[in-house]
Formats: sequence, C-alpha cells, structure tokens
Amino acid sequence: MGRVAIVNTGLCNLDSIARAIEECGSSPTVTDEPSDLGQASHIVLPGVGAFPEAMRRLRARGLVDEMTEQVIGKQIPFLGVCLGMQLMGTVGMESEETQGLAWIDGSVTPLDPTGGDRVPHIGWNSVELVRETPLFRDIDPKRDFYFVHSYALRPSLAETVTAVTSYAGSFVSAISTGNMHGVQFHPEKSQQAGFAVLRNFLAL
Amino acid sequence: MPLKVRIMPTLLYKDVGLVKGIGFDSWRRIGAAMQAVKVYNLRQVDELVLLDIRATLDGRGPDLAMVDELADECFMPLTVGGGVRTVDDVQALLQVGADKVSLNTMAIQNPSLVRDVADRFGSQCVVVSIDARRLDDGTHRVFTRAGTEDTGLDPVAVAQGAERQGAGELLVTSIDRDGTMGGYDIELIRAVAEAVRIPVIASGGAGTYQDLAEGLSVGHASAVAAASMFHFTERTPLEAKRYLGEQGFAIRH
Repeated sequence: MGRVAIVNTGLCNLDSIARAIEECGSSPTVTDEPSDLGQASHIVLPGVGAFPEAMRRLRARGLVDEMTEQVIGKQIPFLGVCLGMQLMGTVGMESEETQGLAWIDGSVTPLDPTGGDRVPHIGWNSVELVRETPLFRDIDPKRDFYFVHSYALRPSLAETVTAVTSYAGSFVSAISTGNMHGVQFHPEKSQQAGFAVLRNFLAL
Repeated sequence: MPLKVRIMPTLLYKDVGLVKGIGFDSWRRIGAAMQAVKVYNLRQVDELVLLDIRATLDGRGPDLAMVDELADECFMPLTVGGGVRTVDDVQALLQVGADKVSLNTMAIQNPSLVRDVADRFGSQCVVVSIDARRLDDGTHRVFTRAGTEDTGLDPVAVAQGAERQGAGELLVTSIDRDGTMGGYDIELIRAVAEAVRIPVIASGGAGTYQDLAEGLSVGHASAVAAASMFHFTERTPLEAKRYLGEQGFAIRH
C-alpha cells in the first residue's frame, strides 16, 4: 500500500481517521501542505465541520488547486468522508451559499425534517446499494454505518450514486465515479464494517 | 425509516477510578478507562460518552492528553464533556479525536457559546447536557457545576433555548435518579423530547433493559445512556440491544 494523505482542514477530528487507516495496514500522513499531496497514492478528505469554513481553509492553504490537480488531473484515488464528500459538490447551502470543489455536479442541501425524522441525522443507519462499487465489496448489505450530519450532497447525475439511505426523505449515502469516492457516513467510527470500506478504498 | 436506537455506555472519570478500585492517580485512571474503551470497541458498542465530572468543580479545562489517548483506540463515536469553556476547548477536543463535545455549565451560563460552536464546527458535534432535579412540587429545575448549582431554570426552556442556539443533541440527566439504577425520570425525558426536534439522549437511573425500553417508548428518547448498569452489574450493551430488538425497536446491525 502506498502513501495515504489525509487532508487537514484544521476543523475536525483527524486522529480517528488516521488511526483507522493505520489499523487497516497503511501509514497515513496528515497534512495541509499542498506539496505532500503530490507524493500521495491515495487522498482522503475527512470532515466534520461547516462547509463554508472548510472551503475557506482549503482555499487559503492552496489545497483546492492541488487536490484538483491530483484527483482530476492525475486520477489519484480519492475518498471524501462526510463533509469531505459534500465538499466534492458544486455548491454548499450551509449557512451561506459557498462554492465547493465542484468535482461532482450537485448541491449540498439540508436534510428535510418535514416527515418527522429528527435532524441532525445522528446514529447508525443502513445503506442501500444501488450500484456496484469497489468500496462495498464483500460487505454484508445489512451492515449499518454511523452517520452524523445535517446536510447531504444531492448529485444531479444518478450514475454517480452508489448508495442511498432512507432518512429525512432520502439522501445519497455513497458516491463513486472513476477514481473519486465519497461516503456520507463515518467509516472510521463504524467499527468492522467501516474498516472494510477503508480497506477496499486502500486496495484501489 | 426510524433511526436505530443507540445504547451508550457513559464513562465518568470518577467511576472509572472506582470500578478498578484505584485511587485518583491520573495515569492509572487512564489505564482503567482505556481498558473500558477497548472492551466496548471489541463488543461493537454503538457510541461512548466520556464525562470528566470534576473538571468544572476543580476549575480545570478538559484533560486533552487523556482524551487523545482514549480516542486513539475508540473506533466508535465518542462524545466528550467536562470543563469545556470556550470554542478553543471544543476545537482542541475535536482535534484529539472527540466526535462530539458535550457542553453543560457554560452552555447554560453563556448560551451564545453553543451558537459559536455550532457555527464553527456544525450542530452535529454539539451536545448540550442538561442536568435536572425534580422538586417537591413535581416540577424540574436545571442545575450546573456537576449538579451543585441551582440555575432556577426549567429544563424544557433550557432545551428549547439550546436547540435555538444550534445544539445538535441533548443529553438529559436526572440528578436524583443518577446512580440509583431505579429507572429514568421518564417525565423529565419525555417533557424535553416532546419540546424539541433534535435527538434526546436519556440519562440517569437506568438499571435494567426494561428501563432502557421505557426511556425510548414512553420517554421518546432517541438514545439511552447508562453508566452504573454497565459498570456495576452483569448487564451488557449487547444484551440490551438484543432485548430492545425483541421488543420491536429498530436496532443496529
């Protein structure tokens, strides 16, 4: 397994994702240095935090251009986790309208509580696979994953959607397109099932 | 689809010392807490709450070194509370591996802290912890500073205020029931859960699996926390989950 770079937005809990990736047999580098991304075999953008602040910090550190270069230009395997998946979208609507990385056509909008589901969506929930993806290879489809979020990415292209979760209406819980992957849940906090997703990603 | 109910063991730093019968030596307390984290991890516990209930009373902030060590082994969601006074405290806790931060005394003394934390890190990582006592007339009153200071406030009003400020979740603890294992204060839990739209974690008093079920079905909580029941009896989160599953609650697979 090569070098895994975990992108540091300075906002969130990086120890858990770093430790989880270590447990999966890799040695990740947590970094906010654009030059480190050039050496990476895999890039992980984790995330807890607010969309505008995360984008502001990524931009300020020159990470938006460098990540785009690596992920879109050089097709390095990329995994966005939670907010990291949302940032892949075109635009975020959390507190203010903010431009995202714009790798996936779609906007990030609040979960809809009108059906009576409580928001934020906090807890263990199932993911329904709607398309083949290497991320979920050999994982029991009944396994639950841990979610903590109030917003979700709504991709405009159905082909990018690999899993959905029926909560607060329904939202996209995983996407994959080419070398880019995103999961709305937290694999690093989903114990065995989450580790299986991380191992599948690291094997790409 | 209803969300799966969560069963959350609560580790109180004080309890962790007591469980192992060790003194108040900080390093040894980490050892005992670490053991608990590893066991809960192995048993696929839904979520863990770690509360340093002495921090505010001792005038300390969070014990970051301790949280850092514990979080490194915690591959389940971890909520940390105790002594959190500022946005910087929250950031420091998130950076050492907490997933959510629980605010108690400061959230009630200074509700704008909740707003500041939610704006900066998102509502999903802000748990406001409300400790309440039942008065003789049957009403409830919120206490802060580990239950030592009467705020004169009503828990429902505090809960709604916290929700307005951007709290993502409420941990509602009955001080009278805490440690008794005689069941939750269901009226308290239900009054709060019905007054807000964010998830409520029932806490304080669970002693049996039936107590957990009651917190969910009658109390309308989204999650149930228990400390003494898991630390001082033979009951386990796994069996609790099995029981709740048999009772028709949606449990995690």
